[in-house]
Amino acid sequence: MLDITLSVLILIGALFTFIGSLGLARMPDFYTRLHGPTKATTLGVGSLLIASMIHFSSQGEGISFHEVLVTLFLFITAPVSAHLLSKAALHLRVKSLAAPPHEVEEADSGEGQ
Amino acid sequence: MKRWLLPHPILTPTLALIWVLLVNSLSPGAIILGLLLGWAIPLFTLRFWPAEVRVRKPLTLLRFVVVLLYDIVVANVAVAWLILRGPKHTTPAFVVVPLSLTTDIGISILANTISLTPGTVSSWLSPDRRRLIVQGLDVKDPDALVETIKRRYEAPLLEVFEPC
Repeated sequence: MLDITLSVLILIGALFTFIGSLGLARMPDFYTRLHGPTKATTLGVGSLLIASMIHFSSQGEGISFHEVLVTLFLFITAPVSAHLLSKAALHLRVKSLAAPPHEVEEADSGEGQ
Repeated sequence: MKRWLLPHPILTPTLALIWVLLVNSLSPGAIILGLLLGWAIPLFTLRFWPAEVRVRKPLTLLRFVVVLLYDIVVANVAVAWLILRGPKHTTPAFVVVPLSLTTDIGISILANTISLTPGTVSSWLSPDRRRLIVQGLDVKDPDALVETIKRRYEAPLLEVFEPC
C-alpha cells in the first residue's frame, strides 16, 4: 500500500516536472517560456518531496520533515529569479507576442530607477 | 521591552523552526539551540533590517497561505493543460496592476505570490511603486485578472501589513 502511494506520488511529480520542461520547448516567446519551468514544476517538486517525506518517515528513524525546507526555499527563490529574468527581458525589449506595456518604456527612457 | 532581549519577534521563532527542520529532530537540545541561534542571529544582523515588520492579523495571513496553496495546485494543473494543448490556444498578455500596498514586505509578498501562482509572473515594478506589471500566460480578460489579483491576494495582505 505504501509502495503504491509512493509510486503514484513520484509519477505525478515526474509528470509535472516533464510538462514544465515541455513548456520550455513548446512555448513561442521568452515570456511564455518562463511559465513552464518556474511554476508547473512547483507541484512536481512538491509531490516528489511529499513522497520523500513519507518514505523516510516509514524507515523507522523518526519523522523526516526537513523536506519542508526545500519547499520553503524553492518558494522563496523561484519567484525572485522569474521576476528578475522577466524584468531584464522587458528592459532589453526581448521580442514578445503580447505588446509590452508602455509604462516600462517611459520609465526606461526617462532614466527611471 | 529591552531591545536585546528579543531583537526580532518574528525572526526568532522562524530561525528556530528552520534550525529544527535542518537538524531533522525535535529533541529538546535541538529546540534550545535553535532558539539560541534565533536570538543571537537577529542581534548581529539587526542593522540590515530596514524596518520592523508587523503582522497585524495572523489569522488572515494563515487563511491567505491556505488559499495560496490551494491556488498553486489548481493553477499548476491549468498551466500543465495549457502547455499540453500547445501555444496556439494561449493568449499571453501584460496587465498593469495598480498597487494599494505601500510597505516593502507587502509588495514583495504580493509579487512573489503572483509569480508562484502559475499562469502569471510579476515582471516589473514601476519606480514609484504604484504599479506592478504582470505577464500572464493565458489572459482572456485582463480586467478580470487584475480584479482577481486585487481581491484574492492584495486585500488580505493589505489587512495584514498595512498600518491604518
